Amino acid sequence: MVKHILKRLVLLLPTILGVVTLVFFMIALAPGDPARVMLGERANAAQIAQLRAELGLDEPLIKQYGLYLSRVVRFDLGKSITSGQQVAEEIGKLFPATIELAFMAMIFASVLGILLGVTSAIKRNTWVDYTTMGGALFGVSMPVFWLGLVLIMIFSVWLDLLPTGGRMNIRYYFTPITNFYVIDGLILLFKEGTAKYLVSAIQHLILPTIALGTIPLAIIARTTRSSMLEVLQQDYIKTARSAGIREKRVIYRYALRNALLPVITVIGIQFGLLLSGAILTETVFSWPGIGKWLYVAIGARDYPSVQGGIIFISVFFVLINLVVDILYSVVNPKIRLQ
Amino acid sequence: METVKQETLLEIDNLNFSFKTQRGLVRAVRDLSITIKKGETLTLVGESGCGKSVTAHAINQLNPMPPGRVDSGRILFNGIDLLQLKKGEIEKMRGTQISMIFQEPMTALNPVFTVGSQIADVFMTHQGMGKDEAMARAVELFHLVKIPAPERRIHAYPHQLSGGMRQRAMIAMALASPEPGLMIADEPTTALDVTIQAQILDLLGDLKQQIDMSILLITHDMGVVAEMADRVVVMYAGRKVEESDVNSIFNDPRHPYTLGLLNSLPSNPKYKQAKRLEAITGTVPDLLTIGDGCPFANRCAYATDICRSSFPSMSEINKDHSVWCHNHESVKREKAQ
Ligand SMILES: Nc1ncnc2c1ncn2[C@@H]1O[C@H](COP(=O)(O)OP(=O)(O)OP(=O)(O)O)[C@@H](O)[C@H]1O
Ligand SMILES: [Mg+2]
Repeated sequence: MVKHILKRLVLLLPTILGVVTLVFFMIALAPGDPARVMLGERANAAQIAQLRAELGLDEPLIKQYGLYLSRVVRFDLGKSITSGQQVAEEIGKLFPATIELAFMAMIFASVLGILLGVTSAIKRNTWVDYTTMGGALFGVSMPVFWLGLVLIMIFSVWLDLLPTGGRMNIRYYFTPITNFYVIDGLILLFKEGTAKYLVSAIQHLILPTIALGTIPLAIIARTTRSSMLEVLQQDYIKTARSAGIREKRVIYRYALRNALLPVITVIGIQFGLLLSGAILTETVFSWPGIGKWLYVAIGARDYPSVQGGIIFISVFFVLINLVVDILYSVVNPKIRLQ
Repeated sequence: METVKQETLLEIDNLNFSFKTQRGLVRAVRDLSITIKKGETLTLVGESGCGKSVTAHAINQLNPMPPGRVDSGRILFNGIDLLQLKKGEIEKMRGTQISMIFQEPMTALNPVFTVGSQIADVFMTHQGMGKDEAMARAVELFHLVKIPAPERRIHAYPHQLSGGMRQRAMIAMALASPEPGLMIADEPTTALDVTIQAQILDLLGDLKQQIDMSILLITHDMGVVAEMADRVVVMYAGRKVEESDVNSIFNDPRHPYTLGLLNSLPSNPKYKQAKRLEAITGTVPDLLTIGDGCPFANRCAYATDICRSSFPSMSEINKDHSVWCHNHESVKREKAQ
């Protein structure tokens, strides 16, 4: 098992190298002069020459690539053109917000999706099943930004129940500790005995979580349903029933444990895809995370930031895959015991 | 067999079971009556699709319902009609008084749990044991079904065991019941190779000596019948066509279909005499379009007009042997020649 994990970790390196290479050449080989593109139409020749020198664009391509690699290895992703800050530092400050939202959305989507999928499967071809699967179809076809706006309209504007955006009530003059606000809220709950930060953090998370989690929720529910239906046909389910195991246990232990195998894979893929959804969600909900930052960077043609953001997201994606892989082998003894 | 006044354990009384499918109503079991006495091994024989498993699953209600449906009949177990029980009540019967072994040891055990924990779960469900005690009991059962190195094997996953071992583990699981009354074994050896088959049958025979239980053994192999059965019920296309104690049916088979089954036994030259019966030709009728006549008529060398229009009533050959065939006398005459 440990060996398996170590092997997978080593295998990550070429994948990440591939991503970095791709990101580098994507920008380097993009049509037009990056310096001109970055500075816009009205820049003069001297300004462009200066930026080209700064960015090392006059060196041969292969040397640029080598330099880029050696910097990335040291977590040096260059300076943002718009803010002048180190890209790696900016990412370091912003990623907790994104991760927090992504995790919430995934927990929301996985727990509810599996529950709905199982219920649909055992109540198959009843109105419960039709309603759930109809809802799931509606869920996958809904654009994230539109859903976000509808949620804001209903819950913030009309009902005035939840905030329209941000991560924390601004009147709290809150200084983050870990930058994961839920964790910060918990820390403060224990240290200062006040729950208001935690409550506010959660209130701010609810709508973006739903907006971001709805598509994965729908996909997970549908995968769970079909996987469950297949597993429930298996002989070993009949065996468990014939031995008098209670129906609840047959479903939630004997069947679900097997049905989860494909679901875990789907959860992993959805988690990775979530980050692209995060760009839209963060923009709609003014969520100060990587997504919104990347959206701004793309608009400003801030190439170092875009490159850094893509590398970060890709590494995140690859790591999620690793976790999925490990989870998969925990659930499936055939792989674990190889 | 000689104990005439044995108590009845299970009585299936005029069972009709059908499946509602997209193509129409499949009448999988028709007017079937079977009685199993305490301590008896009854074998249910017949070719694929004749309704053996549906019959067995009707007992502990494992047929999918819907599409399955009991049209009529009763299934009395120790005098209680199982078909009248509520869902929770039948759940309690399963694994306590009625247990089951399946055909495919490959697929009948859950791949993501160790065999030991699956058996322990049965103990924990029915007898409220803790995990450790249940595991200890599972080890005992592994001893009983002669699995070598049980302390180690108990922690194996199904895919780590051979087919024979898996079937032994299945049997152990079926024995994890507090008061084994009826063990239903649905073709327990069909998927195994010949030497392992013999071992598993021996094991079942041994266990029956040690544990006071009845066995409903489903098979399509007359060799298995000869080895295991006290009594035999032959089914064809959902109907019972012959019923007998094991000696009488081998000595004096009366249904042309039974005769065909015996003829296909390689080790039985005795039945080779009736040349035209060596192999059963033709195919099983479609249960959807089957009429009211004898379902075997279209393949039967003895068939006469009446066979196609009405299903025969029972003819008693002797007190332990009955047949449902219009022409069973001709079967007897031909064999005598
Ligand atoms: N779930 C179901 N839906 C529809 N028809 C079914 C279903 N289960 C069984 N049947 C039908 O009932 C009939 C009897 O099937 P059964 O499984 O009892 O056969 P069997 O005698 O056990 O055969 P085998 O030796 O292959 O196990 C078959 O024609 C089958 O098509
Ligand atoms: Mg069968």
